[in-house]
Amino acid sequence: MEFYVQQILNALQVGSVYALIALGYTMVYGILTMINFAHGDIFMVSTYLAFFTSTLILGLASGLNPIVVFIATLLTAMFGTALLAVVIERLAYKPLRTAPRISAVITALGVGLFLENFMVAFKPVGPAPRFLPHLIPAVNFNIGGVTVSTIQIVIIVVSALVMLLLDTIVRRTMVGTAMRAISWDKFTAPLMGVPVDRVISMTFALGASIAAVGGTLYGMAYTIDPYMGIRIGWWAFISAVVGGIGNIRGAMIGGFILGFVEIFTPVFLPSTYRDFVAFSLLLVLLIFRPTGILGRPMVQKV
Amino acid sequence: MTSNGALLSVEDLHVAYGSIRALHGISLEVHEGEIVTLIGANGAGKSTLLRAISGLVPIQSGKIRFGSADLRAVSAHRIVEMGVAHVPEGRGIFANLTVMENLKLATWSRKDRKALRQDYQRVFDVFPRLAERQNQSGGTLSGGEQQMLAVARALMTSGRLMLLDEPSMGLSPVLVRDIFQTLRAINAAGTTILLVEQNARQALKLAHRGYVLETGSITLSGNAAELMVNPSIKKAYLGG
Ligand SMILES: Nc1ncnc2c1ncn2[C@@H]1O[C@H](COP(=O)(O)OP(=O)(O)O)[C@@H](O)[C@H]1O
Ligand SMILES: [Mg+2]
Repeated sequence: MEFYVQQILNALQVGSVYALIALGYTMVYGILTMINFAHGDIFMVSTYLAFFTSTLILGLASGLNPIVVFIATLLTAMFGTALLAVVIERLAYKPLRTAPRISAVITALGVGLFLENFMVAFKPVGPAPRFLPHLIPAVNFNIGGVTVSTIQIVIIVVSALVMLLLDTIVRRTMVGTAMRAISWDKFTAPLMGVPVDRVISMTFALGASIAAVGGTLYGMAYTIDPYMGIRIGWWAFISAVVGGIGNIRGAMIGGFILGFVEIFTPVFLPSTYRDFVAFSLLLVLLIFRPTGILGRPMVQKV
Repeated sequence: MTSNGALLSVEDLHVAYGSIRALHGISLEVHEGEIVTLIGANGAGKSTLLRAISGLVPIQSGKIRFGSADLRAVSAHRIVEMGVAHVPEGRGIFANLTVMENLKLATWSRKDRKALRQDYQRVFDVFPRLAERQNQSGGTLSGGEQQMLAVARALMTSGRLMLLDEPSMGLSPVLVRDIFQTLRAINAAGTTILLVEQNARQALKLAHRGYVLETGSITLSGNAAELMVNPSIKKAYLGG
């Protein structure tokens, strides 16, 4: 029993990170029907932004309140990653918006490879895995045989808050309404006075800063390296597709499903089967429910 | 205002889609307070003209002036902010947003946020059906209700000029009469209207002046009453 509760907690922890990254894929797809294959690597860059910021802050002032260090690191990573995504969108994707879909896909893959190789070549990063400095004290609690760490609590709670905030932004604010409008019909949106290009930039910024929350949280629990974005990016992308790509709540649900696949596969099968199970899930779903769990079939527009 | 006092003036406008030339040298004017209609058959270039005014398609050559402003090279959302509302062909309702969200979105560029409450009230007075359905998604509305919503959104942008692209399309004669009556009231309340229609009879009845567009060129223009009795218009657009 304790074993399963423990695994569920672990699945929630991993699933939170997948969900946060999946949101970026789904938001960009929702607004541009484009899959931003660089998103996993943008997530990777965010972990290094968190690494350098926290190292710098702790180096300059070591006696700071951990909450201040954590929040400063988080905000810096979010801002820097948002900026990176907006620049990528402007320079690499926007010129291709009217080009065939495949051009943007290839460009996104290219941008991802560039980020990976840039980080490997960039001296202060390099190929070796790294640990983030301890942002908050890691304390384990034992509750009825189940181990819960402060890190785990922070990851699950912060992710939940961020998802709640995003859901509110998309459903309640003017920008969120504009995002949904553009995803339905980007040709009519300007006639409402909506600056479509600016809203698209905001979507990239929002998706990237949420990935940066995921990146900072991930870095608190695991090692980081320049190639981490590939596998995690794929898992988050599958999360988005499983939940129904283009659907915000779907991405959240998909992230948690993939978190459970990751943690529970080794319980029943050899752990090397993890990717096999994840991709099988994707294939089966694509066959029986091509629009994902929450996605609606594309409605033909007149 | 332009030198001749028109609210909107289009001069020698050329527009093409790639190698397809849609408008070859159009000139027209709309004065403050007028209802002007542009009639023409399918494919004549009516929608293209409205899209060019709204900044949705690039202009090859010619001038478009709104008040004292040159609209060339102004982006579409800025043109709305300057006071040109556009009810697009096919209504362009966001089916995934509620009626209220559709209306709210149209206020994006408004600076006079204090007047909003009053404007929602005005829109709901004009279209009580929309008030009843404000929390329903746009996709669940009937064709007539969608057209009401499209006009209501244009009102919410609080433009001085309203461009309408075939608002009668697909509606029953009764609904068409209602919509046209509403347009008359909107105009009486101070909004200038440029109405594109294939439904020439209704449009000419409503308008002060009219233009006839044929394959990208204006072939006739004049007072609506005169156009109504013009033999060639009667033959081509009014069913004899
Ligand atoms: N997006 C487009 N791409 C290419 N040609 C177009 C496009 N839109 C309209 N056209 C062409 O331009 C001409 C005018 O079309 P349009 O302005 O839609 O006419 P109307 O509104 O009077 O029916 C037509 O020949 C039409 O085929
Ligand atoms: Mg048309």
